[in-house]
Parts: sequence; C-alpha cells; structure tokens
Amino acid sequence: MSIQPILSARGLVKRYGKVTALDHADFELYPGEILAVIGDNGAGKSTLIKALCGAVQPDAGEIFLDGKPVHFASPMQAQEAGIATVYQTLALSPALSIVDNMFMGREIRKPGIAGSVFRALDHGAMRDFAREKLSELGLMTIQNIDQTVETLSGGQRQGVAVARAAAFGSKVIILDEPTAALGVKESRRVLELILDVKARGIPIILISHNMPHVFEVADRIHVHRLGRRLCVIDPKTHSMSDAVAYMTGAKAPEGMEAA
Amino acid sequence: MSETGSPKGQEFEHMLGQSDKRVAQFDDRPKGLVEKLQHMLHGNPTLVPVIVLVAAIVVFGLVAGDRFFSPFNLSLILQQVSIIGILAAAQSLIVLTAGIDLSVAAIMVLMSVIAGNLAVYMGVPPVLALAVAFAGGTGAGLMNGFLVTKVKLPPFITTLGTWSIFYALNLWLSGAQSIRSQDIDKNAPLLKFWGEGFAFFGAKVTYGSLLMIAVFLGLWYMLNKTAWGRHVYAVGDDKEAAELAGIQADRVLLSVYGMAGLVCAIAAWAAIGRVGSISPQSFYEGNLQSITAVVVGGISLFGGRGSILGALFGALIVGVFQSGLRLANVDVLWQVFAIGWLIIIAVAIDQWIRKVSK
Repeated sequence: MSIQPILSARGLVKRYGKVTALDHADFELYPGEILAVIGDNGAGKSTLIKALCGAVQPDAGEIFLDGKPVHFASPMQAQEAGIATVYQTLALSPALSIVDNMFMGREIRKPGIAGSVFRALDHGAMRDFAREKLSELGLMTIQNIDQTVETLSGGQRQGVAVARAAAFGSKVIILDEPTAALGVKESRRVLELILDVKARGIPIILISHNMPHVFEVADRIHVHRLGRRLCVIDPKTHSMSDAVAYMTGAKAPEGMEAA
Repeated sequence: MSETGSPKGQEFEHMLGQSDKRVAQFDDRPKGLVEKLQHMLHGNPTLVPVIVLVAAIVVFGLVAGDRFFSPFNLSLILQQVSIIGILAAAQSLIVLTAGIDLSVAAIMVLMSVIAGNLAVYMGVPPVLALAVAFAGGTGAGLMNGFLVTKVKLPPFITTLGTWSIFYALNLWLSGAQSIRSQDIDKNAPLLKFWGEGFAFFGAKVTYGSLLMIAVFLGLWYMLNKTAWGRHVYAVGDDKEAAELAGIQADRVLLSVYGMAGLVCAIAAWAAIGRVGSISPQSFYEGNLQSITAVVVGGISLFGGRGSILGALFGALIVGVFQSGLRLANVDVLWQVFAIGWLIIIAVAIDQWIRKVSK
C-alpha cells in the first residue's frame, strides 16, 4: 500500500523478566480502516495494545503516529496525541451522570470570572455537546443525559464510552473486547456503532476473541502469535478456521499479504 | 463455520429482525409504593436525612412542647452542633473518597492550641496566629494524604495513628493546661469572634452557626459546580476507572486531605469562640461524632455517593435528638442509646437504597 499508516510500530520488544511478551513486533493501522487484532491468550496482543496506548513502555522499537516517531510515558499522553482507548472495564464512574463521565478530565468551565476565578462548570454547554455527540452516533435512545451511568444497560455504557473516545478529536480509537460482556442484541448495536465511528473517518483497532464479530466488521485482521505479528489477513479471502489455525499455530500462513 | 454470510450479521442473528426493537427503553412498569420510594431516595440521597430531621423536630415539638420549639432552643441547637458540623464537613470530603478520618478533631484541637499559644502567650498578632493555624491544619491534612497516597496506607490506619500523634503534640504544646477565657479576651479577642452573635426574635444566632452553614455551602459549591468536585466523586466511586479516564487520582486525594485539614483549622477558630477557652482535652470524641453526622446524613462509607449537605442535616439530627430528649427529661444515657440506633438505621437504609442499582 502506498498510503501512509496513521499509526505504526516497528520492532517492538517488551520483556517481563525472562518472559518476552513482544518479540520484534510490527504493526500498521491505515486511515479509515477497522483493523482487528487477534491472538491466542499469551500471544502478547494486550502488551502490543498497551504499548500503543501508552500504558506500557517498550524496551526497544519505535512507534509512529502520522509518520512521526512518538513516545508515550502514560495513557494520558497517548490520549492527548489522539489515541483514545475504550478499556474492557470502560473506565466509567457508575454513580456519576453521562455528561460528567463524558467530560471526565476535560470539563468545560463557564466563560468570564465565574469560570476563571470561581471555577464554575458550564453544565449547559457540556450537556449540549454530549447530546450532540451521542445523537451523531445514534445513541439518543439514552433519553436523559443527566441520568447516572449505573442505570444504563451494558450496551448503552459501551456506547457512552465509545462516544467519549470519539468526541474529542481522536485520530485512532482502540476498542478492547467491546462485545465480550454483551448479549446478542446489544452486541449487534455495538457493532453498528463501531461501523458508525468508522463511517465518521476514525480508524479503529478492535481487539476481540469473537471471530464472527471480527470477520463481520474488520477490513484487515492482524494475527498475533508468540509475541510478534504472524500475518495480516483479509477477512474476505480467508475463513474463520484459517484465522484460528494461524493464531494457534495449527497451520502456517501461506499466501498472506505483504506485511 | 466458513465464510461470514451476508454483510448484515450472523445467521443466528437473522431472527433479530423480528425481535423487540426497544433496546434502551426505560422500565415503566407500574412500581409499588415502596419501590417508588426506593428509587426516589436513590436519586436524592439527601432526602432521607431531611425527612428524619423534619420528623424528629415534629415529634420532639409534640413531646417537649414550646420549650423545644422556642427560637432560643432552636438557635441553641444550631450553636451546639456548629463545631461538630464543621468537622463533619471535613469528614464528608474524606468519606466521599471512600476513606475515613479519625484525626479531624485532633487536628482541630491542636490548631486551636497553636493559635492560642502564639496569640495569647507569645504576643504574635492574632491574625498571624490564625494564619499559622490554617497552614498547620492544611499541613496536618496533607500529612494524612501523603501517608494514604504515597505510602499507600489505608486511611483508617493512617488517621488512627495521626489521631494519637496530633493528640500527644497537643498535650505537649499546651502542657495539658487550658488557656483561660479572660486571657484570650485580654490578649487576642479576635480568636473568640465566632462565639459572638446577634439576637433575632428571641433567638441567639452566633456567627459560628452561620460559619458552619457557610462552610457547607462553600464545599457544596466546590463539589457540585467545579471539575475538582466531579473528580472527587469519580475517585471515590471507582479509583481505577477515574485514573483510566485521565484523572490523577492521587493528586485529587492529596488535595482532599489538605482541604479537610484546612476545614479542621477553621473549626478550631470557631471552637475557641464556642467554648470560650482553649482546652487541650476538649472534643476528644469529636472524631467519632463527625463520623456519626456523616453517616446519619446519608453519605455512603463506600465513597462517591451522597451530598455534603447530608452531613449538615446529620449533625442537626443528632443535635435535635439530644436537645429533645434532654427537654423531655430523658436520662443522658438514653441519648447515647438513641444516637447509636440512629447510626445503625442510617447505614441500613443506605444499604437498602443502594440495592436499586442491582
């Protein structure tokens, strides 16, 4: 491909004592795509993702965002650079409202003295913005934006977390097992939500164990094995059994795309 | 398991087309009265203490009659709860972060002794003495905060330790001697400012009572109208989630402990006015009384839930019970007995309300 990857990594190494979690792993995410990352337990895919989102600092190797080398000392730095992560735990505060959660750490203050001296929050502006973002993603079945997150269903919570990730000018969104805790119907809504986000031009890294979901929404599938990228496959030309076979080492990839 | 079929989902999902489309609607089935109440209380956790306070006032008004309802008695209750009330405000901040502070009253007494020694015996201008006390209170709170966030000790153990440490320092600095009221009047009357007040329809409203209300309103504003306040709730609710969302939880906790220490120092100034003298042995039970007010006020000991105004109502409930039982000529031991039940019932109600989200 001649297009420049929006996020890429080359030769990432991460060792925990004698265990090598990442063994010269490469990674590429292209603009506008959904890239699924699959791998067996212990293959090092979560370490790869943690390195990309700043939670882990690799021992060697380089990460490039928009072609420029970047070093993230913390998830906050990655977030500021435009890499938003939706964790499996969602990182929402159940007792706080949807608005409070969406703006957690990025609150808007009132203009003028009320905001600069008295630090008053502009609840009105935050509500409007949150409502706008949730409607854009078709999530306005959530009627009252001031209701607490604990009153929402699992799928709605996922929606709020994704909306938060997508709302603040993110260049890349990482979704960690977004459907793992959801029922059939709610999973479907979340998959539609993922496609909605993609349609808005934000590329997505999707980590999932759910092969049907991966094959349905992903444009490309990054298969991780033994700490490195084994291959990248096209879900249109490969079957789920192929993917599982590569992932578990039952079959060596042939005719794989140039990585 | 071969290729994915249609672009529109898996085979087993085709039935979804005919399924119920209402994904996110609210449960509008008619609820029983009790269930409605439970939901209402869950949305407004401060409602319980308000109801209890009103009920207690009505009941004691009927039992003890005019003596209870007189403006004088009501303003007296306000005066009596003002110090524990301010301490409860500090305690609320800590409890909202899922902590507990056993040292609030010890910080307060230590700071009143420091301010008194400086202003009365050492000739330091009272304003400066108070400034030292405010800085000292903040510092004592930050010390608790440092032990909790950096040394990673549980708040209960940390403040159990600092309670003894501050108490011992207080006995050492004061030589276990009170500073007499006349000496304060002569050298530093400013220290007793909050004990003064004005008459109002037969009530005696002290500035200290108003200060308590002002402290609560100020902290309510900070907790509900500023980003800092939202972060305090988020850290108390789920610390890891708050951190993943980008909140520096330890910094928030440290600021909470520092702020609580400052509020304790404010209570120290108010206490000099309320008591009249500065006694190192006063308010020994203040730590536990402040926790009582917070719990009776419906603030959850598990953090992140409840309004700080609840602690104000909690302090008033305790004050109303004590005053009402006293005026009804009930022995003091039954006052203690009643407060004990109040605590247990308050926590039981909190647990019941919390089940709503399950």
